[in-house]
Amino acid sequence: MNIGYYPGCALHGTSNEYEQSLRACLGALEVHLQEIKDWICCGATAAHSLNHKLSLALPARNLALAQKEGVQELFAPCPLCSMQLLRVQKEAANEQVRQELSAIVEAEVQSTGQVLNLIQLFQKVGVERLRAAVKAPLSSLSAACYYGCLLTRPPEVVHFDDFEQPTGMETIVTALGAKTVEWNYKTECCGAGLTMAGEDTVLELAHKILSNAAAHGANCVVVACPMCHVNLDMKQAAAERRFGTKLNMVIYYLSDLVGLALGLPAEQLGINRHFVTKA
Amino acid sequence: MDVLPSQVMRLLQLGRPERVLRSQAIWQCVSCQTCSTRCPKSADPAGVIDYVRERALAEDSISPAQQPIVIFQKAFLNNVRRNGRVNELELTARFKTGVFLRTRQTGWLFKDAGLAPQLRKRDRIHFTSERAQDRALVERIFARCSRAAV
Repeated sequence: MNIGYYPGCALHGTSNEYEQSLRACLGALEVHLQEIKDWICCGATAAHSLNHKLSLALPARNLALAQKEGVQELFAPCPLCSMQLLRVQKEAANEQVRQELSAIVEAEVQSTGQVLNLIQLFQKVGVERLRAAVKAPLSSLSAACYYGCLLTRPPEVVHFDDFEQPTGMETIVTALGAKTVEWNYKTECCGAGLTMAGEDTVLELAHKILSNAAAHGANCVVVACPMCHVNLDMKQAAAERRFGTKLNMVIYYLSDLVGLALGLPAEQLGINRHFVTKA
Repeated sequence: MDVLPSQVMRLLQLGRPERVLRSQAIWQCVSCQTCSTRCPKSADPAGVIDYVRERALAEDSISPAQQPIVIFQKAFLNNVRRNGRVNELELTARFKTGVFLRTRQTGWLFKDAGLAPQLRKRDRIHFTSERAQDRALVERIFARCSRAAV
């Protein structure tokens, strides 16, 4: 299967272990990623906070590039990138906005084409196909599936799953032989882009999320977002110091778990490059 | 938060934008979209807060305590404008010096410094960062979207 690929800046920067995980796992499933040529940053939180027009124009350029390459399905592994692409599609349904954005980015912007997050990509591969491909069932794992903010919100933009009680990730994780836990924080925010400039917020939220997962019997948390991973994994030691607790919670990308269940070694998936490794 | 999302809406309805523009809350907001998603009246506080932030920046009425967040966002956009993609090392350096010059607190310069060698050990910091090829186009997009050019 061929699929358009918009990595976004995080996956080519500090979160490059997420890209390693995706490439290893999707390669084993024969999903070929066609990276959009000369893609640019989507502007992230900074653009939608400080310059609304820019927050539409930057992703619009990427949509137009994907269109030019004939991509019908575009996979964006970062939920913020993916939500911004979908927001542009929604806005560009208005012909006047579409023309304005096309003029700004010097390429034809269309509101057609499908944008996929990581969970949707695995749903496209097929849960039954995943189940049949499992070589090493993850029976020792009790996973707290964590969606964070933007996989399900705003619902009128992303149209994905139940926006308060999503279950798409649980369906995949149980097909891999793991158990999942019921818990309270699966769609709460981890503090996202405040990692560097607003650390207090991030540490408090990360601590709440991880303690709640542990209190409900989870021995790992599963994410589908590079920022969630940074805040829950890289910042976990700082959260432990701040709140005087020991969390020791392993944070997996969903692609890590699919890869492990397919029998790939942890090193090939980049799991050894996380901060919290097996307890 | 000194002003809650519902209060942001109320203050604006009452014609008192100053309190909102100067609030800490608009910069502490992480844009998680929860308020807009759950609003029983289908209002969109998250969207309104984005608009208010843009206004606060234009009017330079930013709460002093929240300057680090604004300096980060500005450094982020400048970084994208120059490189087309985020260069994390350059962003970190510009953010830290920017906050130091503004607050004169040396703590910001060394905050998280311990993470750098740990990221390096995990091969997650790169000294040769990628850039977009057509950076002239990125500059034109920024120019067309900035207020001066409209």
